[in-house]
Amino acid sequence: MSVAAPTGAARGRHAHERLAADQLPPTSVVQLKHPVRLASAVLVGLVALAVLYSMATNENFQWGRVWFYLFDPQIMAGLRSTLILTVSAMSMGLVLGVVLATCRISRNPVLSTVAGVYLWFFRGTPLLIQLIFWFNFAALYPRLSLSVPFGGPEIVGASTNEVLTVWFVALLGLTLNEAAYMAEIIRGGLLAVPKHQTEAAQALGMSPLMLFRRIVLPQALRVIIPPTGNQVIGMLKYSSLVSIIALPDLLYSAQLIYSQNFETIPLLIVVSFWYLLCTSILTVAQRRVERHYGRGTPGAPAPRTPGSLRRRIAGTTQGGTR
Amino acid sequence: MSISVDATQQTGAEAMETEREQGRHETGQGEPSRDESSRDEAVVRIVGLRKSFGGLEVLKGVDLEVERGQVVCILGRSGSGKSTLLRCINHLERPDSGAVVVDGFVMGYRCKGETLHELRPSEAARQRQAVGMVFQSFNLFPHLTVMENLVEAPRKVQGRRRAELVVEAQALLKDVGLEAKADAYPGTLSGGQQQRVAIARALMMQPTVMLFDEPTSALDPELVGEVLEAMKRLAATGMTMIVVTHEVAFARNVADRVVFMADGVVVEDGPPSQVIDAPRAPETQTFLATML
Repeated sequence: MSVAAPTGAARGRHAHERLAADQLPPTSVVQLKHPVRLASAVLVGLVALAVLYSMATNENFQWGRVWFYLFDPQIMAGLRSTLILTVSAMSMGLVLGVVLATCRISRNPVLSTVAGVYLWFFRGTPLLIQLIFWFNFAALYPRLSLSVPFGGPEIVGASTNEVLTVWFVALLGLTLNEAAYMAEIIRGGLLAVPKHQTEAAQALGMSPLMLFRRIVLPQALRVIIPPTGNQVIGMLKYSSLVSIIALPDLLYSAQLIYSQNFETIPLLIVVSFWYLLCTSILTVAQRRVERHYGRGTPGAPAPRTPGSLRRRIAGTTQGGTR
Repeated sequence: MSISVDATQQTGAEAMETEREQGRHETGQGEPSRDESSRDEAVVRIVGLRKSFGGLEVLKGVDLEVERGQVVCILGRSGSGKSTLLRCINHLERPDSGAVVVDGFVMGYRCKGETLHELRPSEAARQRQAVGMVFQSFNLFPHLTVMENLVEAPRKVQGRRRAELVVEAQALLKDVGLEAKADAYPGTLSGGQQQRVAIARALMMQPTVMLFDEPTSALDPELVGEVLEAMKRLAATGMTMIVVTHEVAFARNVADRVVFMADGVVVEDGPPSQVIDAPRAPETQTFLATML
């Protein structure tokens, strides 16, 4: 091969690699190896094994006691409370969030400002403090009553502490806080639908309500659902904050047990197990729903087709790795 | 056929009066049986339309009448008010003054004696059924299949039966050459295909008038032809069409009448042979010189 071009050499290529003008490129291919990828996989795998081994053999984990408490009636009751709390606070928060989002978008400056202040307050203070605050609401207003405004006679009334049971306080605190976050998520979703879509629907003679329900909302939901799923999962976990006001949720039920027998670790493992199980189920459900609302959009999550683990680590660059 | 422009509110309109007279004679040639006394019914009447955005007056008193079955192309530079005029016709924009009358109804208002009462949004929506609109950016509903895009509005707005609508939709899709795409989502179609679906979607409402707002401006050059062809075939069916476009060739071949707008007013109005081939107004002359 005598025709080595000086430019080729200048670009760092070897002259002997250059094909002759009539020479076809070879057909057999040796793919690039990924030694670092392989080495890191082995290293991390070993560390993970070591952790698992230590967890299995360390007697302080007391796996026997974990199993003993896993389906304990008190724990089960706590799990039920946590689920009820999550579902009800989330749904009420969603409804209130829709109202707040509508107010926030509204052209009425009073509505929009009031909603803005609400969001500012409830997103700007810790949920834990809000819960304790509602718990102590009786200190502010010892008596709750419905009466004629500005000092008129009372129609119905009750002592604050009678009305604000632990459940009521927990639901109130979680709902009001959740509504603020949901409002922002919903507002973002509605604003993400291009104005052109509304105009196209209007031009077809759709009334405002109809075009909202059939055109804007389904498209907004695509944007609203993923973060809402995160909120549900978050709510499930943050509802454990109500243990501070002594509502027997999953965490507080465990606390009640281990405060007496000091089996703290096994009981916390039990609690974590149930939280993990619930969040895992919710994650799978969320993915399903997302796929449903992603119809017609090219970027929507498609069913995953994983390659074999070996192939993905060895790293054939087609498929598998991205 | 006649060109009728009510010039009472139009500034500087007197100067163009003679031109319109001439246009009238020229159009008359093709259809000698018609004259001023037996003129066609005006489906769209635009009277003294004014519209400002912020401090900028976009429409400065536009008067225009479009007869049933007429194809009117509106030409003009961007910013001359063409699109705003179109959006006022189906009341997507509310005019500051003046009115649009479609098929005898004042768009966006209820006529009670000498006063106009603004309609509620849902009532205004009902009125818009009479006016189909095709947008520059297609605006198909991305979460619905092509078939659902077509069927949705007539089913929900007019309460018609789905089965009969599907048959109608299939026929319309066939007309625009997309019968195979009924179950596709808009995102999988080319721009030209999407725009043809948009035309079919607007036709599903059985409108009296069709508005086209630069229907080919967002398309790749090789896709423009298929959309113009669909519009040409629609024009041949006798549909009343008002088309804002930059396609001078389309205006020359298909339009019965060409309206040239500049700076918020109509400066020239007549058959293509006059407005495009022998423009009189200096604005039209310079515009066409840059287009051709």
